[in-house]
Amino acid sequence: MGISVPALMGQLLIGLINGSFYALLSLGLAVIFGLLNIINFTHGAQYMLGAFVAYFLLQKAGLGYWWALLLVPLVLAVFGVLIERLMLKHLYKLDHLYGLLLTFGLALIVEGVFTNQFGSAGLPYSMPEKLTGGYNLGFMFLPTYRAWVIVASLAICLGTWFVIERTKLGSYLRAATENPPLVQAFGVNVPRMITLTYGFGVALAGLAGVFAAPIYQVSPQMGSSLIIVVFAVVVIGGMGSIMGSIVTGFALGIIEGLTKYFYPEASSTVIFVIMAIVLMVRPQGLFGQR
Amino acid sequence: MRFKLKHLAAAAALAFAAGTAQAQISGNLVKIGVLSDMSSLYADIGGPGSLSAAKMAVEDFEKAHHPKFKIEVVGGDHLNKPDVGSQIARKWYDEEGVDVIVDTPNSGVALAVSQITKEKNKAFIGSGPGSSDLTGTKCSPNTIHWVYDTWMLANGTGTALVKHGGTSWFFITADYAFGHALERDTANAVKKAGGQVLGDVKVPLNTQDFSSFLLQAQASKAKIIGLANAGGDTINSIKQASEFGIVKGGQNLAGLLVFISDIHGIGLEKAQGLILTANFYWDMNDKTRAWSKRWSALNNNKMPTMVQAGVYTSVLEYLAAVSAIDSDDGGKVIAQMKKKPFVDPLFGKSYVREDGRNVHDAYLFQVKTPAESKGPYDYYKLLATIPAEEAFRPLKDGGCPLVK
Repeated sequence: MGISVPALMGQLLIGLINGSFYALLSLGLAVIFGLLNIINFTHGAQYMLGAFVAYFLLQKAGLGYWWALLLVPLVLAVFGVLIERLMLKHLYKLDHLYGLLLTFGLALIVEGVFTNQFGSAGLPYSMPEKLTGGYNLGFMFLPTYRAWVIVASLAICLGTWFVIERTKLGSYLRAATENPPLVQAFGVNVPRMITLTYGFGVALAGLAGVFAAPIYQVSPQMGSSLIIVVFAVVVIGGMGSIMGSIVTGFALGIIEGLTKYFYPEASSTVIFVIMAIVLMVRPQGLFGQR
Repeated sequence: MRFKLKHLAAAAALAFAAGTAQAQISGNLVKIGVLSDMSSLYADIGGPGSLSAAKMAVEDFEKAHHPKFKIEVVGGDHLNKPDVGSQIARKWYDEEGVDVIVDTPNSGVALAVSQITKEKNKAFIGSGPGSSDLTGTKCSPNTIHWVYDTWMLANGTGTALVKHGGTSWFFITADYAFGHALERDTANAVKKAGGQVLGDVKVPLNTQDFSSFLLQAQASKAKIIGLANAGGDTINSIKQASEFGIVKGGQNLAGLLVFISDIHGIGLEKAQGLILTANFYWDMNDKTRAWSKRWSALNNNKMPTMVQAGVYTSVLEYLAAVSAIDSDDGGKVIAQMKKKPFVDPLFGKSYVREDGRNVHDAYLFQVKTPAESKGPYDYYKLLATIPAEEAFRPLKDGGCPLVK
């Protein structure tokens, strides 16, 4: 197959776009795992809920995309806080598996209810007027909306990284995961911090859902088809590593994009092949610490 | 001596009666299995809607004919996996007394079920699957392909578009039995009509992002981008094609298998102008409207797809055949269904060929613009009727061993 440079550039850019979804979702997972030690299998369902809440805001309340960007994360954060307060809180002292089972079960219930109610074909969600159209870059047509998604998700990812790794609040958070009683002794309300962290992780998933609504099918399964890939991203990057999940998310998006060009049949498996290799060579993940 | 003869005659008569009783309906119960994708990307095409269509058919049949036998409907979820589908089919046939399997979207699963059905001498009437191989090289005396197939879609849409100037094609194809068959059949129709195929890309089933593939299609400069996929894959590719300005750039999309549920999920704004082939639309005539509204009331006010309509009429016809020969022997019932033409309440004049193909008219539709549509599900306008004789692959071309 002849390789044309413009086509290759196009695929790289496309990969970056998909990577921004992977990064945004795996970031939420990493934050939750890093601070709560919960493997949040509800993440895909929460991403799906984000897209559906955006749809409801538009249909029932007439609030468009920009409002959705603001309101959906808040709604989802409340949802997350409720889950944490009512259910997850009781599991921290138990094995990881219990959290995994609970969140997985919740995901199945939420997806089942939505499939029953709205069917599998999905719902339409139109793009905001300002973000339609695109730029002709010479080697490809870049839709404005995709450019926006890359920029917005990069900003959010880096912002989150900065808060957790470089601010005082972040240092409390990190300390609380290491030694909760000690941090509590300094007068920090650790349980509340953990609740809010979970809410934040869920809000990130909801935000990714809003980003996805205008371009992907808004359907009950939209999360479950993506979440497995995102888990692979987290595993490759190293469970709980914030920067790791961001970098791996973008990098794997690009690798997947290139696979789609050179050998499309393998595009749905390439990430798992990489995961297997990483697990063999460096079981803690590329950015994980032992 | 005379006395003995009388005994013998009575014994023979008894034996004969017992023999026919055995040939009759097992357990005096006809059990219909709706094997479908109940929870994933094809669940709105068949799925729970097919289950309720089958139940409607049973209800209507019982009301009209008061059969002597009992009828039961069960549903199963094949998860789009041929191994899961096969397992359910075997269990249904071997342990649960199921006599016929209907629906079964996903050609990969359908081909496996057709094989098992033949082994067990049961009946399989597929409304959901697309692959024309079901009545071609892989045809079976126990299988009827009820609604549409890849050849019909390919021929309808492919030929029509080439005639309207869509002479060069690029395919985005779902990477499994159905997608391959659809691409092959369409490519043949396009070439036969004088068009050419510039390239293709095979995409894994259930892909979220089609932008890479759309870019390749765009770079090919083909006039028509043929979407040889279905369900969620079609929705995602049409949605994203509009984003990448493909139609604005002068290329056109051809949805090779598009269901009304897909159009509903995309919205007219992005789907308008799309040309597609189908055998059924709810708003065709009084009968289709009346039935569809009944179905709609049971299914969250959605409108039925051609697959769901097909499940309804296939169950009706199957029960009529069982009742006519008073037997649920799979091979015999299917043979009975092939005997004479019938008028299908939703698909019109039909007949089942010896290769198992159910033949009826097909239609070329175009998706309305938002301005033309009067409300939800008012989506199609009729461009042309493709008469039954031309709509399906000629009997001799399929390579079915049953055709002599």
